[in-house]
Amino acid sequence: MIAIAEFLLPLNPGLWLIIGAFVAILLPQSLSRWFAIIFPILLIPFLLSLNFGNHGTVSFLNYQLETFRLDALSRIFGLIFLIASALGNLYAVGDVVDKLQRCAALTYAGGALAAVFAGDMITLFIFFEIAAVASVFLIWARRTQKAFSAGMRYLIVQIGAGVILLTGLLVHFSATGSIDFNKIGLHAPGGILIILAFGIKAAFPLFHNWLQDAYPEATISGTVILSGFTTKLAIYALARSYPGTDLLIWIGAIMTAFPIFYAVIENDLRRVLAYSLNNQLGFMVVGIGIGTEMALNGTISHAFCHILYKALLFMSMGAVLLRTGTCNGSDLGGLFKTMPWSTSFCIIGAASISGFPLFSGFISKSMILTAVSAEGYWGVWLVLLFASAGVFHHSGIKIPYFAFFAHDSGLRPKEAPWTMLLAMFIAAVLCVGIGVYPAPLYAMLPYVVEYQPYTAYHVINQLQLLMFSALAFTVLMLTKIYPPELHSTNLDTDWFYRRGIKSLIVWGAQNTIAFNKFCYGIASKSVSELIDNVKQLSAEPGILSRTPALGSSVAWISALLLIILLLILY
Amino acid sequence: MKDKANANKEYNRDHPHWLDNKRNINRIIYALYLICTALFFSDFFYHKHVSFSFESWFGFYAVYGFIMCVGLVIGAKLMRIILMRREDYYDSDS
Repeated sequence: MIAIAEFLLPLNPGLWLIIGAFVAILLPQSLSRWFAIIFPILLIPFLLSLNFGNHGTVSFLNYQLETFRLDALSRIFGLIFLIASALGNLYAVGDVVDKLQRCAALTYAGGALAAVFAGDMITLFIFFEIAAVASVFLIWARRTQKAFSAGMRYLIVQIGAGVILLTGLLVHFSATGSIDFNKIGLHAPGGILIILAFGIKAAFPLFHNWLQDAYPEATISGTVILSGFTTKLAIYALARSYPGTDLLIWIGAIMTAFPIFYAVIENDLRRVLAYSLNNQLGFMVVGIGIGTEMALNGTISHAFCHILYKALLFMSMGAVLLRTGTCNGSDLGGLFKTMPWSTSFCIIGAASISGFPLFSGFISKSMILTAVSAEGYWGVWLVLLFASAGVFHHSGIKIPYFAFFAHDSGLRPKEAPWTMLLAMFIAAVLCVGIGVYPAPLYAMLPYVVEYQPYTAYHVINQLQLLMFSALAFTVLMLTKIYPPELHSTNLDTDWFYRRGIKSLIVWGAQNTIAFNKFCYGIASKSVSELIDNVKQLSAEPGILSRTPALGSSVAWISALLLIILLLILY
Repeated sequence: MKDKANANKEYNRDHPHWLDNKRNINRIIYALYLICTALFFSDFFYHKHVSFSFESWFGFYAVYGFIMCVGLVIGAKLMRIILMRREDYYDSDS
C-alpha cells in the first residue's frame, strides 16, 4: 500500500479533476454544481505548494511513465487551466447544465490538465485523447441535429490527430527507444508526424476549420469551456517539443492573418470569436518558432492572458445567446440598454484581446512582437502588426458594436443571470489586473523577464495603431463601405469534406451505376444470343443433337494423348 | 412591424440614455478624430526605439494601422463574392 501511495501521491492534479468529475455525478444536483467550481479552486494551492520535479513515476509494461512532471512551463499552464475550469463551471451554473455536461466539462479539463503534466509521450497521448472524447459531449449536449453533425466532424478530426500522434510516437520510439516528452524537433524520427498532430489540434492553416465549425455549435457554457483547453494544450505541447523551429514562424504568421478576413464577414458572433481565437494562436505559434527566451515567455504569457479574455468574450456572447436566442450580428443591436453589465464586461474583453495598454493582451502580445523584431524578421513583424490592428477591428470593435450597439434591434432582453455576471466579472478583473500589474505573471514564466511593456514609445505606438484602426472602422461605417452583417454561410476548408468529398462520392456512385447498367446490358444481350445459338444447334439437325459413335471418341482421345506426348518429348 | 417600432419608441422615451441622442454619437466621433490627430502629431515629442528603419518614419503606426484596416475590410468584402452562400447551404447534410 505504502509503495502505491508513494507512487501516486502527489497525484497529477488532472487525475484529481477526472476523479472529481465522477464525484460530481454522484452528488445531488444542487451540490454538484458548486462542487464543480470549488474543486478546481482547491487544487490551485495544492499545485502551487508542490516542488518542481518528477512526481508519480509508474512502471507500465517495461516503460517508465512520468505521470506528473512539474516545472515552470507545466505549472503556469496547469494554473491557468484550473482557473479556466473554475470560471467555466461558475458560468455554467447560469446556463443550467445537466450532470452529463458538468461531468464532461470536468473530465475534459482534467484530461487537458493531466496532459500538461505528462512527462512522457504515452501519458500525453492518453490524456490528450481523454480530453478529446470528453469535449465532444459539450457540443452534443446542445441536442440539435446540427450540433450532432458538427460534433461528429470534430471528433473525427480530433481522433485522427490522435492517431497521427500515436503513429509519430511509435516511429520515434522504435528509432530512438525514448518516449520522453522533451524537445523533439522536425528532424527527429517521427518528428513531422508529431508536429502534424499538434498542428491539427492547434488549428494550423488548412487544418483549422474544425474549430470554427464546432465551437459555435456547442452549448452556451460548452463553448466557453472548449475555448480554453484543446488549442492551448497543443500550444503547450509545441512549446515543449518544437521551440525554435523556423517553419512555425511562417505557419504562425499565416495563422494570424487569414482568419481575420473571415472574421470581418462572418455573421455568427461566436464564430467570429472562433476565427479570432485562431488568429491569437498564430501569435503564440510565431513565438514558439522564434524560440528565444523572450519569445517563449511571450507565447506562454499570451496563452495565459488569452484563455481569460477569450473566455470572457465567449461568456458575454453566450449571455446574449441565452437571453435573445441568437448570436447573429444581423439580428442583434441596442442591447446595451438592458444588458449594461454584459456590455461592459464584453468591452473589457475586447480591449484585452486588442492589446490596449492597461489590459492583459498588451503586456503579453507585445513581448512576442518585440522578440520577432529582435531577430530581424521584418516581414513577419509587419504581418503581426497588421493582425494586431485587424484583431481590434473585428474582435475589439465588431463584437461589442454589433451585439450591443449598432442599430436598435428592438430586443429588450433581461441582464444575464448573476452567476454568469460573476464569472465575467472575475475574468474581467483578472484581465485588467494582469494588464496593470503584470509582475506576478512575469515571475511565474520559465525564463527571467527583462522586458518592460510600459515605455512611452511602446504605449504611444500601440495607441496610434489601435486608434487609427478604429478610425478606419468609423470612416468605413460612415461611408457605408463596411460590409453589412448578412445571414450567410462562408465557405472554408470544411467545404472539402462536407461538400467536395460528398459530391465526389455521389458522382462516383452515379457513374458506377451507369457503368454497371451498361455492362449488364452488354452481358445480358450476349448471354441471350448465346442461348439462342445453343438452342439452334441443339435442335434437329443441329450439330449438338447428334449422338457420336464410341469409336470416334476413342480416336479423338488417342490423338490428344499423342499431341501431349510430342510436346513432352520436344 | 409598426407596433414593434412604436414599442421601441415608447421604451426609449421611458428609458432615456445619452447614447440615444444623435448629437452625443457625433461628439464621440469628433472625440475620436481629435484623439487620432493628437496621436499622429505626438510623433514629434518622444524618442522611438526602432528595430527596423521604416518604424522611424513619421506616423508609421498610424498610417499602417489605417491603410491595413481599410485593406482588410475591402479584401474581406471581395472574398464574399466567391465564398458567400445561403445560410442553409449545409443544412441538407445533416
